[in-house]
Amino acid sequence: MGFAIVAGIILVAVLAPLLPLQDPAELDLQKRLIPPGNEYFLGTDHLGRDELSRLIYGARTTLMMSSVSLLIIMGIASIVGALAGYYGAWIDTGLMTVVDLLLAFPSLILGIAVAGILGPSLINVMIAVSVVWWASHARVIRGMVLSARRRDYVEAARSIGASDGRIIAFHIARNIMGPFVVLATLDMGWIILGIAGLSFLGLGAQPPTPEWGAMLNDSRSYMQTSPGLLLAPGVAIFLLVLGFNLLGDGLRDMLDPTTYRR
Amino acid sequence: MRGYLARRLITLPLLLVGISLVSFMLLNFAPGDAAEITLRRQNGGVTPPREAVVELRQDLGLDDSLPIRYIRWVSSAVQGDLGVSYRSGNSIAVELFRRLPATLLLASTALALAVAAGIPLGVLAAVKHGSWLDTACRLLALVGAAVPSYMLAPALMLLFAVKLDWLPAIGYGSPSNLVLPAVVLSLGTMAQLMRLSRATLLDVLNQDHVRTARAKGLSEGMVVWRHALKNALLPIATVLGTSTGYLLGGAVIIETIFGWPGVGQFVVVGISQRDYPVVQGFVLYMAVIFLVVNLAVDVSYHWLDPRLHFGGQFN
Repeated sequence: MGFAIVAGIILVAVLAPLLPLQDPAELDLQKRLIPPGNEYFLGTDHLGRDELSRLIYGARTTLMMSSVSLLIIMGIASIVGALAGYYGAWIDTGLMTVVDLLLAFPSLILGIAVAGILGPSLINVMIAVSVVWWASHARVIRGMVLSARRRDYVEAARSIGASDGRIIAFHIARNIMGPFVVLATLDMGWIILGIAGLSFLGLGAQPPTPEWGAMLNDSRSYMQTSPGLLLAPGVAIFLLVLGFNLLGDGLRDMLDPTTYRR
Repeated sequence: MRGYLARRLITLPLLLVGISLVSFMLLNFAPGDAAEITLRRQNGGVTPPREAVVELRQDLGLDDSLPIRYIRWVSSAVQGDLGVSYRSGNSIAVELFRRLPATLLLASTALALAVAAGIPLGVLAAVKHGSWLDTACRLLALVGAAVPSYMLAPALMLLFAVKLDWLPAIGYGSPSNLVLPAVVLSLGTMAQLMRLSRATLLDVLNQDHVRTARAKGLSEGMVVWRHALKNALLPIATVLGTSTGYLLGGAVIIETIFGWPGVGQFVVVGISQRDYPVVQGFVLYMAVIFLVVNLAVDVSYHWLDPRLHFGGQFN
């Protein structure tokens, strides 16, 4: 179910240029705020742009931004978590102090502040989300590496002369992959909500880039006459987040036999 | 317990120093020169002459080294001075303090709602495990975690304020103003608490002491409320701290939508005007509140759980 939603949205986003859609940035002030109908399936927005087209191209923006952020977040978290968990001692103490410090801030607040100070743009929102979000995952991954380090297979690898880097990258990574993927999938929902929230505050996508959070913000002034403009991107965000959450739950049940569905 | 508290209290000043460092560095990354911005404001937007900027930079000590500027900033921050707004020239600390009650009222009402609805629903779902009520609660938890507040807020506003005219759309002051913002803000946390209390209680209901209680012939109500819930509440209490952070962050968006005169609205306006000291002061305030709440939760948690209380004596 979750997989179907996520795959469906990704498919539509990837195929967007092939679909018979108007350019999402094409303005037509004569055709402002047309209600949904035959000509425009979801109507037009306050600048006469095709809402369906913006919604679909917006999926590209949202998916691209959140996947890149997720990659950066999990990348930093893996490196920090692996170093801290594997080497322990002062490396662990030092890195975990930084993590603790970042976790001392409410994440959304720090995200808003970093994005606000860097200035509104897509890249800055991704930087803000990544800077703020990696800390809690680094801690989880550290825990996974810490417990994996004491296992026999690590000892065995070391005894045949494998280097630390090889042990971490091949042996430990392969063994914590399951929970790692679950962690990443469940996080996608939060990242999408966070990025769209920052865009809603005007910090993310700048016109004319179609992005769901920014579209929601645009629609607020017209919600009485055109509630569809509010609902369309809102429902899209909801479905995508729901899809990733269901997918993450499903993966967890599949990969981890100790938790069962109830 | 003593040892834990002592460690907690030792790390507290360290964390405070760290928080202040991060907040201080934030402003350092901000584009623009504070002296030039200040002069431009005083001169009504005219670009100030170079010499005036250099002079003010020296007066403000902006050319000093980073550590010296940090110490100067921290010592005035401790005395309640967070500098002045680039735009209005007013004291930021005064403005934040004036707006703080509105934000705290909103966040604490939302937290109370989330606790009052989320925990009982989660408990009911666990007790009636597998029933339609359980399914409904699980659905609600899924929806609550995924629905963006920035869609729900305008949608509810449209329904209850514009169409039905039951509640005011925006404004501040009367309890009816509080209903919509608090309900929207609480939804995500409520979903999380519901999910967690359901899962924890299901775990506890399978434990030995619950079976013993049942074997003694206690009524099901007694078993759930006295024996199971007491143990299930502790893990739930730990997430209340993180929930506060989530609510304070969410309040920024909710305040903007509902025109709620809290610190969140202040910072969003500050960001749009590139008023960076406002952002800095806001982060510092929120982090300190978050720190205090988490400390309170941790301490009460350790005080509530006798297993942690007496742990030292038995080991």
